[in-house]
Amino acid sequence: MQTLGTATGQVSNNEQANQYLTFTLGAEEYGIEILKVQEIKGYSAITHIPNAPPHVKGVMNLRGTVIPVVDLRRKFSMELVEFNKFSVIIVVMVGEKVAGLVVDAVSDVLDIDSASVRPAPDFGSGADTRFIRGVASMGEKLVVLLDIDRLVTEEDVAAPAA
Amino acid sequence: MQVDLSRFRETFFQEAAEHLAEMETGLLRLEQGSSDPELLNSIFRAAHSIKGASGMFGLEDVARFTHALEGLLDRLRSVKIEPTPQRTDVLLEACDVLRDLLATSASGGPVPERMESALANLYIAQRAVPHPADEPLRIRTVAREVVLAHAPVYRVHFKPAPEIFIQGMDPLLLLRDLAGLGESAVADVDLTELPLLADLDPERCYLAWNVCLSTAKSTEEIRDLFAFVEDGAQIRIEAETADKAEALIPPPVAAAGLAGSREASIRVSTGKIDKLIDLVGELVIAQSMAKEVVGNFSLSRLGQLQEAVADMDRHLRELQERVMGVRMLPIGHIFGRFPRLVRDLSIQLGKEVRLQLEGEETELDKNVVEHMADPLTHLIRNAIDHGIETAEERRRNGKPGEGSIRLSASHQAGSVIIEISDDGRGLDAESIRRKAVERGLVAPTDTLSEAHLHSLIFAPGFSTAQQVSDLSGRGVGMDVVKRNVEMLNGSVSLETQPERGTTVRIKLPLTLAILDGLSLQVGSETYILPLASIIESIRPGRAQLSTMAGQGEVILVRGEALPLIRLHRLFGVPTRVVDPCRGLTVIVEHSGHRLALLVDELLGQQQVVIKSLEANYHKVEGVLGATILGNGRAALILDVAGLAQIARRASHTELVA
Repeated sequence: MQTLGTATGQVSNNEQANQYLTFTLGAEEYGIEILKVQEIKGYSAITHIPNAPPHVKGVMNLRGTVIPVVDLRRKFSMELVEFNKFSVIIVVMVGEKVAGLVVDAVSDVLDIDSASVRPAPDFGSGADTRFIRGVASMGEKLVVLLDIDRLVTEEDVAAPAA
Repeated sequence: MQVDLSRFRETFFQEAAEHLAEMETGLLRLEQGSSDPELLNSIFRAAHSIKGASGMFGLEDVARFTHALEGLLDRLRSVKIEPTPQRTDVLLEACDVLRDLLATSASGGPVPERMESALANLYIAQRAVPHPADEPLRIRTVAREVVLAHAPVYRVHFKPAPEIFIQGMDPLLLLRDLAGLGESAVADVDLTELPLLADLDPERCYLAWNVCLSTAKSTEEIRDLFAFVEDGAQIRIEAETADKAEALIPPPVAAAGLAGSREASIRVSTGKIDKLIDLVGELVIAQSMAKEVVGNFSLSRLGQLQEAVADMDRHLRELQERVMGVRMLPIGHIFGRFPRLVRDLSIQLGKEVRLQLEGEETELDKNVVEHMADPLTHLIRNAIDHGIETAEERRRNGKPGEGSIRLSASHQAGSVIIEISDDGRGLDAESIRRKAVERGLVAPTDTLSEAHLHSLIFAPGFSTAQQVSDLSGRGVGMDVVKRNVEMLNGSVSLETQPERGTTVRIKLPLTLAILDGLSLQVGSETYILPLASIIESIRPGRAQLSTMAGQGEVILVRGEALPLIRLHRLFGVPTRVVDPCRGLTVIVEHSGHRLALLVDELLGQQQVVIKSLEANYHKVEGVLGATILGNGRAALILDVAGLAQIARRASHTELVA
């Protein structure tokens, strides 16, 4: 388990603040609600699944439970990188299911109040805007906040409609 | 001191169900002419046990009902009366009512409506000399006619004072007078207070009556009748509107839904538990030996360590088997309900059917046993309804008038095989084919193998029954049977011979969570194949490989052409082994279909724990589940049935070489 950075950023006293775990993919910073994060793992052997969508790398063993692993770079149509012992997997809980997300690296846990969140402009970065809750600027950084339920539930872990 | 019995209630209902099952089995044997003198005693004891225990739990209705049952059984066993067919009918009906009654007592619902008439019948049946008018009461029909008369209807409740006889009055005369006022019928007789004959005081009146009366007279005129007996009596006269009166007549009770026997607890023999405790003890010893060696380890002790670990392994395996055995129930548990079912159905359908049970002691996981109850019931219904012909038809075809159904269970190589065979008319291949074409499942020009034809029977909504009876024929049965069986990782197949009969064969794994598997390699991936589905593995010669039009690649094995599935292609796993003559071909079987799987190599045999893939992902065709290998990696367990499906489809697409 990697250690998380300390919480940074402004906390507004009168708006609701949510904590987000931020991580990097390439040059961009993304965030997901910390409450949905179960744990952070390093590299794990991945077993290929036949006929899976391309961004589902396969399944891995999480202490006796078999969970699917999603390659976020592929999902966001970014350039692919090698999956090796430096890769990081964020294990998230979506409803009743648990899944793993392959990211480059984990950054910080940030308190982001809902007032700072603006709707997502059309990036053209490849990230499908369905999955984006909004964008927050923390100092100089722009953090893209992801809707993890939409990101993982669709196609990835739910049975495809016949 | 108040003893809290509520936590034993659950046990009471379970035991009552068991006693009831015993009673029923005994009664069926009695009906079939068993002359075992102990039989009546054991049936009596079962009823007696229920009565005694129900009293303890304050279940008055159950106690009252079983009291009547006991009374009749007592007279039968002391040979004061004979077990005539009418009496066994009454007793069997009483068993049904008791079952419903236990269910409503457990759930807190109202008593079953036919309880009163069943009670009355039990008392009537006790009479030594049957009165010509002693048809078991069909109270409902008579009362219904009263109601249909057009005068206003009253409901009269009359409970005379117990001393009425001593007072010189006879309730019978009063009832006759009541009858004289118009159209009347006794809706029911309240026998609550009636004690056993031995305790009966002939000078006391224990009875009460509810009478349905249709008369032009007024309430006061009716009440006048009772003028002399009002003291100490309970008299209620209620005018009913026509529809409320209809409601007095209990409608035919729909058969109470078969309460699933999903008990939350299980009975285990103490022998099994003792053995488990022993094994754990031995395991602890083996482990402490291993610990000792590891504690003072040196390479020279490696042999000892290996031995100690091998010891632990052995004990652990046995422990595992026995722990799974704890959850095993003999299948006789569900077989027990079938003699009654067959009897009732054959009477209902006017056929003569004999049921033979084999292998009742075969043990299965409790879950599996419970899930098989409904499918087996359906298959037996089918066999009687559609399979077995009427006695005359059978005799015309030179068969004995009595049809027979054989239900058997046995263990075979890590699976349980359940077979239901009948010697009826078999399935007509032509009508299956016609039905299939009608439903668009096959093209009219397709030639179908027998196996294929039979598998069509399991398609949803498929039924070749000429008439849909309310028992079967709606075509919702066979596919549910198949689904249930496959849910348990089993398979079902069918064999039939026109005019000779049909056999349905169900194969189930012994346990749900653990699988004996063969691990194999394809490229960099490891897969597990269930051992039970493997027939053999071969390295074919070039001459055995072939391609068939419309079927893709095949391998000829002993004259049979089996479809060849290249797992590397199916799963999209790159590998160097693409030549079947270099790799290994595993022949597997599912529901009578065989196929050949091309893999790189076989790794070894191992027991795996089945982990659900659907829990966090979703079902993948061709994959039964996942498991964790010794090296910590997840591996997929292959599903031969699914692979066969894929093969059938794929033979028409580009998976063909």
